[in-house]
Amino acid sequence: MSASTATASEHVSFLEYKGKYKGILGWILSTDHKRVGLLYLYTMLVFFSLAATLGLLMKLQLIAPGYTIMGPQTYNAMFTVHGIIMIFVIVVPGLPAVFGNFFLPLMIGAKDVAFPKLNLASWWIYIIGILVVLSSQFVGGWPDTGWTFYAPYSFRTPANVLPALFGAFILGFSSILTGINFVVTIHRMRAPGMTWFKMPLFPWTLYATAWIQVLATPVIGITLLLTVMERVWGIGIFDPNLGGDPILYQHLFWIYSHPAVYIMILPGLGVISEIIPVFSRKRIYGYKAIVLSSLAIAFVGYFVWGHHMFTSGMSGRALFAFSFLTFLVAIPSAIKVFNWVATMYKGSLNLQTPFYWAVSFIFVFMVGGFSGLTLGSLAANVHIHDTHFVVAHFHFIVFGGTGFSFMAALHYWFSKMFGRMYDRGWANTGWVVFFAGFLTLYLPMFGLGMQGMPRRYYDYLPEFHAGNIISSLGAILMIAGAAIVIVNLVRSARHGEKTSEKNPWGGKTLEWETDTPPTFENWEDIPSVEERPYEYK
Amino acid sequence: MILGASTFVEGVNNAFLFILVIAVIIGTGITLTMLWFIYRYHQKRHPKAVQIKDSISLEITWTVIPIILVMGMFYYGYVGWIPMKRPPAEGINVTANARMWSFNFRYENGRVSDKLYVPKDTAIIINLNAMDVLHSFYIPAFRLKEDMVPGLANNRTWFEATKVGTYTIFCAEYCGLQHSYMLSEVVVMEPEDFWAWYEDPDAMVVEVTEDVNLALLGRQVVERNGCLACHSLDGRTLVGPTFKGRYGETITVITGGQERQIIYDEEYVRRSIYEPDHDITVGFRPGQMLSYEGEITEQEVEFITEFIKSLNE
Repeated sequence: MSASTATASEHVSFLEYKGKYKGILGWILSTDHKRVGLLYLYTMLVFFSLAATLGLLMKLQLIAPGYTIMGPQTYNAMFTVHGIIMIFVIVVPGLPAVFGNFFLPLMIGAKDVAFPKLNLASWWIYIIGILVVLSSQFVGGWPDTGWTFYAPYSFRTPANVLPALFGAFILGFSSILTGINFVVTIHRMRAPGMTWFKMPLFPWTLYATAWIQVLATPVIGITLLLTVMERVWGIGIFDPNLGGDPILYQHLFWIYSHPAVYIMILPGLGVISEIIPVFSRKRIYGYKAIVLSSLAIAFVGYFVWGHHMFTSGMSGRALFAFSFLTFLVAIPSAIKVFNWVATMYKGSLNLQTPFYWAVSFIFVFMVGGFSGLTLGSLAANVHIHDTHFVVAHFHFIVFGGTGFSFMAALHYWFSKMFGRMYDRGWANTGWVVFFAGFLTLYLPMFGLGMQGMPRRYYDYLPEFHAGNIISSLGAILMIAGAAIVIVNLVRSARHGEKTSEKNPWGGKTLEWETDTPPTFENWEDIPSVEERPYEYK
Repeated sequence: MILGASTFVEGVNNAFLFILVIAVIIGTGITLTMLWFIYRYHQKRHPKAVQIKDSISLEITWTVIPIILVMGMFYYGYVGWIPMKRPPAEGINVTANARMWSFNFRYENGRVSDKLYVPKDTAIIINLNAMDVLHSFYIPAFRLKEDMVPGLANNRTWFEATKVGTYTIFCAEYCGLQHSYMLSEVVVMEPEDFWAWYEDPDAMVVEVTEDVNLALLGRQVVERNGCLACHSLDGRTLVGPTFKGRYGETITVITGGQERQIIYDEEYVRRSIYEPDHDITVGFRPGQMLSYEGEITEQEVEFITEFIKSLNE
């Protein structure tokens, strides 16, 4: 490459970079990790809006007992599709697919991920998976089994379950390939001098997550495939009428789906570990403790799936062991919270939108965690299992945890990604409305569950009315907040104030040393690393 | 927590409250600390951050204390749960049958009821029997829940009620269209009232005399077997065709893939109960209803027919 072209490309951001293809093809055929990350972001924005709308319609149905705006079949289909999209399309790929793709190479000083073509293929597989899932809308109607596809209902229902099962199976491959890509990238492509314990915390959590993706996802793949075969050919693995075992299905399903919860939440914990020190102007407290706790969560998380099945008819000994391990997996999360709070101590706090999201994340993560302990307790679980308490708990963890950290990440890295700044006033307003709506929506569900209202309920007894009214109003408020946040970001990405400031927040990790927005291949010279991250003086 | 009425309530509530109290104390503590730091160390008030060295002893402290606390939580959960897994040898045996979307209960003397009648202060051992898909037997007031798994032998649970009253039974495991209407009640009675009900000779055999209202008996059979979850009495279309205003009419059904016209008569009612998929009324799905052979007697079919007839008026 001649000197003159090098200087030219130095100033062309990846957004304006002209590769082999032009226009939209320049995006959907681009192997640039940053463009792939944004492809995931846009896809998720579309499908999050769809699934959130379904959620809002469900809450409107529940605002009063009886028929409000839809019949039971529609409602059952809606919570199924809401769950499938939110889990398999949004939160499982979630932070790794968007921010992992965009920032992992930047944070470890690499030019791209290890296998850029495989990375683009992951996105294409992801799109195919989504299309297959949604095709049921046009062939036989939406599935009505819940996102868990429990046997034997998933064989008996006349609704068309096959596209959803097969689509989720395809989506699994996208997840596995991204996981392999990240493991190799982190092992092989760290900048000179960046030893394992000089690596920032977000890449660390991506590393732990990637291993879960690679090792656990095949289990759900085979389970979904067996379910497809059972439904089509009646092979008799799960259906008791054919000699199968429905509890076996639950085991296989949760052997993946519990670790999957950590796929969802670990990268979120990583993002918060980035944001807290930067806005506190302080070295992260307990760097090694946070790293080790991430690995511990990923490891112990494999052995607690049975707590989804405390009332399924498993043996008492198994329940005893699963409850015990479930309590242990709470410890690493607690350690993280203590270290984050300790990081703020004697800091110099710069209160910006990402920091607000991060602090509210800690709050909702605690509520979700404590309610998780209640569910892990054998006696308490018997009462609240399969009730609205569980719904509240996992929305606090999965939506609160992943959602708040996703929003924190988006506001934290926004200017780096788009070369523009968002409107801070609207961003903060959106956060306040969203946070208030979130609490109003989900806190009453804990009460409903303690009262005994089961989940996946189209209609309910009058005694549950009060909690449902508050919750439904909260849903409206929260969706309003989400709309403010999203409209502000979308608007700002196109018309926001332009900025080329490399490091607006004073971060100490490598991504802040690149241009804003970064150029194609990120670096002219690969940086070398001497210090640990977050070394504020 | 809602009111409790069984011997399990205390154990469950203790396990719950122990966690709740610790959660509120620690959660409030951390939240207030964060808020205080945000105020105290705001960059306006604290322009220069003070760097602090990691402390191994602090890390160990906030690892060990939570471990002790969660072991306490585990212990209370275990202690509250153990009695649920140890049904006493003696007790009243009842088989709970669940199907989409109703419960019924069969006692040892052959009595069948759509509500669960039990005496106070007596161990009731429930054999859980799911006839089609997963259901879950849930009585919030008793803090009792156990899944009903088709094909799982010896799936049992038990309870001992402590207060006379009527409490809702829910199906807690999603089981399809009418899941949220799959409800029943447990009626806790004084033992003498229960035994009077249990041995009530009138409930067992129905002697048909001139002045017995057959339609009324039919209505009881229909209610007891949960038919109304899917068949309305007022002409509304639910999962299956309504009972109202059809008797004696000519209807179009699909039999073995062929459309045909038949008369809605007693023979049709009997076939629909014993072989539900034989004739499917046009516009409805096959495979939704299980056969009631062995559950509804020939005599009861007569009652049901009279009841459906009476709805024409």
